[in-house]
Amino acid sequence: MVLSIADALGSRAIRATRSLGKMGMFLGASLARAAVPPYRVRNIVKQVHFVGVKSVFVIVLTAAFTGMVLALQGFYTLRKFGSEGLLGSAVALSLIRELGPVLSALMVTGRAGSALTAEIGIMRIGEQIDSLETMGIDPMQFLVAPRILGFLLSVPLLTAIFDVIGIYGGYLVGVKLLGVNAGVFLGQMEASVVLGDVTNGIWKSLAFALLIAWVCTFKGYFARHGAEGVSRATTSAVVVSSVLVLVCDYFITSVLL
Amino acid sequence: MQDGNDGNRAGLDQQASDGKEWVCKPCHVGPYTGPKREPVLRLIDVEKTLDGRKVLDGVTLEIPRGQITAIIGLSGAGKSLLLKHMIGLMKPDRGQVLLDGVDINRLTRQGLNDARKRFGMLFQSGALFDSLTVFENVAFPLREKTSTPEGELREKVRGILRKVGLEKAVEKFPDELSGGMVRRVALARAVVMDPEIILFDEPTTGLDPIIRNSILNLICRTYHEHHFTMVMISHDLPDIFQRCQHFAVVHDGRVVEVGTSEEIQHSVDPFVRQLVDGDIAGPVQLM
Repeated sequence: MVLSIADALGSRAIRATRSLGKMGMFLGASLARAAVPPYRVRNIVKQVHFVGVKSVFVIVLTAAFTGMVLALQGFYTLRKFGSEGLLGSAVALSLIRELGPVLSALMVTGRAGSALTAEIGIMRIGEQIDSLETMGIDPMQFLVAPRILGFLLSVPLLTAIFDVIGIYGGYLVGVKLLGVNAGVFLGQMEASVVLGDVTNGIWKSLAFALLIAWVCTFKGYFARHGAEGVSRATTSAVVVSSVLVLVCDYFITSVLL
Repeated sequence: MQDGNDGNRAGLDQQASDGKEWVCKPCHVGPYTGPKREPVLRLIDVEKTLDGRKVLDGVTLEIPRGQITAIIGLSGAGKSLLLKHMIGLMKPDRGQVLLDGVDINRLTRQGLNDARKRFGMLFQSGALFDSLTVFENVAFPLREKTSTPEGELREKVRGILRKVGLEKAVEKFPDELSGGMVRRVALARAVVMDPEIILFDEPTTGLDPIIRNSILNLICRTYHEHHFTMVMISHDLPDIFQRCQHFAVVHDGRVVEVGTSEEIQHSVDPFVRQLVDGDIAGPVQLM
């Protein structure tokens, strides 16, 4: 009984280690392909359009309501301590340091990451990836590298848009709805936000972009067993990416603080 | 049951003498008359295990240059895997795959990509890029692997599409095509780079008899025009006996017999007999 449990645990550990190693090799290979020519600029631009431009609407919507609810909650909490004037700082810092990078990453995972896994998974199941290989075209360079670069270019920009729209949403609720003085809101925000906060947000968004692109392309690239397999890979890619974004957020924050 | 190794050599020798007489009966396509008759591809003792099951068990096979070789056998016998090993899509656990004497599994990534330029492959599903139109699918290898001027490229692609009877479908996407049209586009894409060797993975499976014959005629016509080396997995027995010069029978991951159409049709091996005759009774009991 004990032996069989140990055996099962050992097998799981070996499988997990093997899978992690495979993921590591995949990331290394795709980054290496991204670094050397041909750079396939057209493919990269296409990905920036798909991941970036097409995600703007959902990012703007999410950012606006996040900023608004932050201002609403923040206002009533700060009023208890007579510090409504700090609302601008609270909204801006929360968004720039945490919510901007994390929520942008989660939104991009849901909108573009899932589509990426499904697209590559269908290409794998439909032998299109094999077909590329038979033509002497490296699928890692043709498919994976441009997608990773597309995410790396788009996610930080989307995060910046998220921050700006979120702050504006907070401003609307705080100043126009709840009556906080506009000068105080903006002045406090300017005084408390430093360049380090912005760069930390950018580092985070870059890390999240790499993470999402890595997990989603990996899951799609090794999808098996038909339509159901692609569906499983897509679900797994979204869940794993989202959880990893939150886990990494903690560790990056603890390093950058 | 004849051993794959011995049978292979015997089959090639036989083929060398018989090849001159060979004519595809439905298409009246003549034999290869080029100078070289040595095998272009050789698989030596290839073994592959997937999910704990040995799917290729010491396969030894030679693919003669400039001929159509048919690989036949039951579904799940390892035929498609064999094809994937020939082009380096899969690496064997043991054994060698020699392309003109060079083991393709020992090549660098670049070397393998260069070797693959000599191949064209038609997948069972067609494997067309579903986000590209018919024209773009056929033009894709030319755009990616050559610096052909756009005008010349368009002319070449349209010419090939005309030959396969799809000049009016250039702007269609793969999901707007019938099964037969998909295979014809895939055939056009496989030959657009003028490869030396074309691999066909069940090019006619699932098609009605008229479309099936038109695809087979198209393959024969392509062979007649270029005399590519062709390797074709097919279940179209007995039609295929009239169209191919060289045969390999695969069973349980092994090549059990190789030879000419006549030799396979008159084989005394019980499995080959059952396969050729399509008998329910025989060494393979499915139910």
